[in-house]
Amino acid sequence: MKIIEHIIELALKSAEQAEVFHVSNNGTIATYEANRLKLMETQATEGAALRIIKNGRIGFAATTDLSNPQSLVDTAVEVAPFGPYAKLAFPTKTTYPNVTTLDKSVENYQAEKMVETGQTLIDQLRSIHADVNCEGRVGKSFGTQTIMNSRGGIAQHTASSFGVYLHGTLIQGEDMLFVGDGETSCSPIEDTDVILKSVTGQIENARKIANSPSGSLPVIFTPHGVSSILLGPLLTGFNGRTVLQGSSPLIGKLGQQILDSQITIWDDPTLSLVPGSSPSDDEGVASKRKIVIDQGIAATFLYDLQTAGQAGTASTGNGSRSLTSLPAPSSTVLIINEGAESYADMVRDIPDGIIVEQVLGAGQGNILAGEFNANVLLGYRINNGEIIGRVKDCVISGNVYNVLNSIEAIGTESRWIGGSLKTPAIYCRSVSVTSKE
Amino acid sequence: MRNDIEMALKGKNARYIEIRAEHAEGTNLAYRGKSLEDVSKASVLGGCVRALDKGGWGFASFNNLSEINEKVEIAISHAKHVGGARVELAKVPPYDQIVAPHVGEDPRQISIADKKQILDNYAEIILSTPGVQTANIGYSDNYRKTYFANSEGAFIQQERLDVNMRLSAMARANSDVQQAGISLGSLGDFSFVRSLESEAKNIAQRAVDLLSAPQVKGGPHTVILDPVLAGVFIHEAFGHLSEADHVYEEKRLQEIMYMGRRFGDKHLNVVDGAALPALRGSYAYDDEGTPSTKTHLIREGLLVGRLHSRETAAAMGERPTGNARAINYRFPPIVRMTNTYIEPGAATLEDLLSGVKEGVYARNWYGGMTSMEMFTFSAGEAYMIRDGKVEELLRPILLTGNLFETLNNLDAIGNDLEMNQGGGCGKGGQSPLPVSNGSPHIRIQNCLVGGA
Repeated sequence: MKIIEHIIELALKSAEQAEVFHVSNNGTIATYEANRLKLMETQATEGAALRIIKNGRIGFAATTDLSNPQSLVDTAVEVAPFGPYAKLAFPTKTTYPNVTTLDKSVENYQAEKMVETGQTLIDQLRSIHADVNCEGRVGKSFGTQTIMNSRGGIAQHTASSFGVYLHGTLIQGEDMLFVGDGETSCSPIEDTDVILKSVTGQIENARKIANSPSGSLPVIFTPHGVSSILLGPLLTGFNGRTVLQGSSPLIGKLGQQILDSQITIWDDPTLSLVPGSSPSDDEGVASKRKIVIDQGIAATFLYDLQTAGQAGTASTGNGSRSLTSLPAPSSTVLIINEGAESYADMVRDIPDGIIVEQVLGAGQGNILAGEFNANVLLGYRINNGEIIGRVKDCVISGNVYNVLNSIEAIGTESRWIGGSLKTPAIYCRSVSVTSKE
Repeated sequence: MRNDIEMALKGKNARYIEIRAEHAEGTNLAYRGKSLEDVSKASVLGGCVRALDKGGWGFASFNNLSEINEKVEIAISHAKHVGGARVELAKVPPYDQIVAPHVGEDPRQISIADKKQILDNYAEIILSTPGVQTANIGYSDNYRKTYFANSEGAFIQQERLDVNMRLSAMARANSDVQQAGISLGSLGDFSFVRSLESEAKNIAQRAVDLLSAPQVKGGPHTVILDPVLAGVFIHEAFGHLSEADHVYEEKRLQEIMYMGRRFGDKHLNVVDGAALPALRGSYAYDDEGTPSTKTHLIREGLLVGRLHSRETAAAMGERPTGNARAINYRFPPIVRMTNTYIEPGAATLEDLLSGVKEGVYARNWYGGMTSMEMFTFSAGEAYMIRDGKVEELLRPILLTGNLFETLNNLDAIGNDLEMNQGGGCGKGGQSPLPVSNGSPHIRIQNCLVGGA
């Protein structure tokens, strides 16, 4: 705290306003390769970023060398004359919602137990599928983020996180199959049955290779599929910065039906013990739960302080930053509402179609326009309501604003993907699929 | 610095220890639309220790360099905990050397005011093109001084400067948004940033033209790739699988990636090497203190080499190639590409085009990814080819393929090798690593193109 106050004091000698973003974090990671523990590592991170307003313009500098605060101030002052005009006021003292981000047991959780969790998971998978080569990661981190500004605003929270990831490769001749899943939590993870079940399920569905289809087909995006291909192009349109620049297809469409009415999406950083949650955003604006898409209707764009100021609106509490970069608007924790159809019923409903779990090359298309175009890295063919094997050499293409406008059903079972998305499967009526056959 | 590092290595109880420390200074300028929205500077000081003992690795990274001694102990205790008795290191002599940076026009000597003026001009060119909605321009330079020392007696100090530039233009008509862009870079030379007027003009016009461009029909096509995109292709389609860390503990991959295996026709030669001068993937020593080399991966269509760290080289009984790289002090070094390219053949672009009844001419890159067997890469611009002639502009395309087929379908190689210095490579959470890649124009038969 002392160093932060000191930086602000120094900065105010030459600037009208100042804000310090300080992070200090400790992490431990066990990495497995070729089915065994390969590396143990610890990371200790500390650094501070200074944002100032001088002559109405924003100056920014960051450092991991806190031994010379004056040099940090000088750098911010040096760049400020070229910076953008400040359209923001740093938040004054605010009351933050009560969001639990810390499970103290993570801090002293023993490395030996982490190692055991990872090895047991790998051994269990290999006892079922001995020919799978596993990589894995079990990691924990514990850190404090502090934001303090010259208008009296202060936001500080300490968060814990714990993650377990398992990745399997199965090579048969020249065919390579990649499977994997993971879990993230604010608390230590010891029960890894869900990951094991998911990965064994992937292998069972994918071991056999099916003929890959071409044409406009019904497609089920699993929660992983939603995350890896649909979410990116959809969110871009809601980003306040994209809107401000005039490059969002959703400009002028707030309050209008843009997707199927079955789709409701929340941005909610206030859920306790969810890794993406926090009482404030990265600028000290209080976190709030908000609806982004309400039964298919575009409800709000997401703003940080500066873009909100430029757009003549208020920050939605979506300022996000790393140590060395200025804040930018970003979603926090996304929750996609569950629907009415079970995954099993979706599969049974499809005479000919595919299931998409993972893709390769998402984000390479024109995502600004909502387009996606990617190779199906892990996906299955459905024939007469049954999964008959993996698809290969297969590309899916489309536009989220079309594909999510004609939804057959949304799943009843939702799950977390990482610590910042909870989604069910989404069953789309018709998506373009191109295969080599 | 040298003294502190060497003291920390002394008298420690581990089979092998290495310490890296670095000081980096970066400047960043970003335009969104007309205005410079981000001007910032960051200074990073950090270090790491990697220890090997009982055949296992331990690693500790930190920002407070005064804690170096205690971090050495932590890394050693991690290594002992991992154990497993399986890691060996190939022999590399302990070099003691100071390597000066490669510097052309030094970006650190150019004021922010001057940099801004140059970029203002490009923003103006893009935004004054009728139909353009907005421009995104990103410029960054990064200076990095690294120290490497190990318990075998090596001490290497290196400096490098990276310069990166991205220009992009966006055009919008109702809910249709199209964009075109270009990424460029250099090792230590600002001068390329000064002369991009025609590039700025071209991408702006292309973004507008894309609004009325048709989409190619998805499916297999004959494609001709320009040197930039062909460079991305060889990086994604083949380069990653030649990184030995994918192979050295995976018997089944060794069975299909054996030396002498045919991957393409006799005309195909593929090289990777950091020892090539003054490219973004160039350096004198890698992050394990191994001198850089130039390695043939494919010669006359046959697999003849792969990229190694000291560990993978020892495990496979091959020579270390100096390809162990870490993006910064936060990460242990892993096997990476450097400057990767297809060697030129004899054909001209005309030769490649002639005989293509219908196909796609794809230029420039937007992105690329690989899962080793499968890869995708996307073109910044694409045109139809009919009867050997390049015709109308197409919407952006995604190309995808399978390693074991696609190089065999590469049926013609041009004579016009060019290296692409833009962008960077990601692997194992370490991104973007400075690399370059290149190729002459190449032609691929039966390449799967995604589309509606």
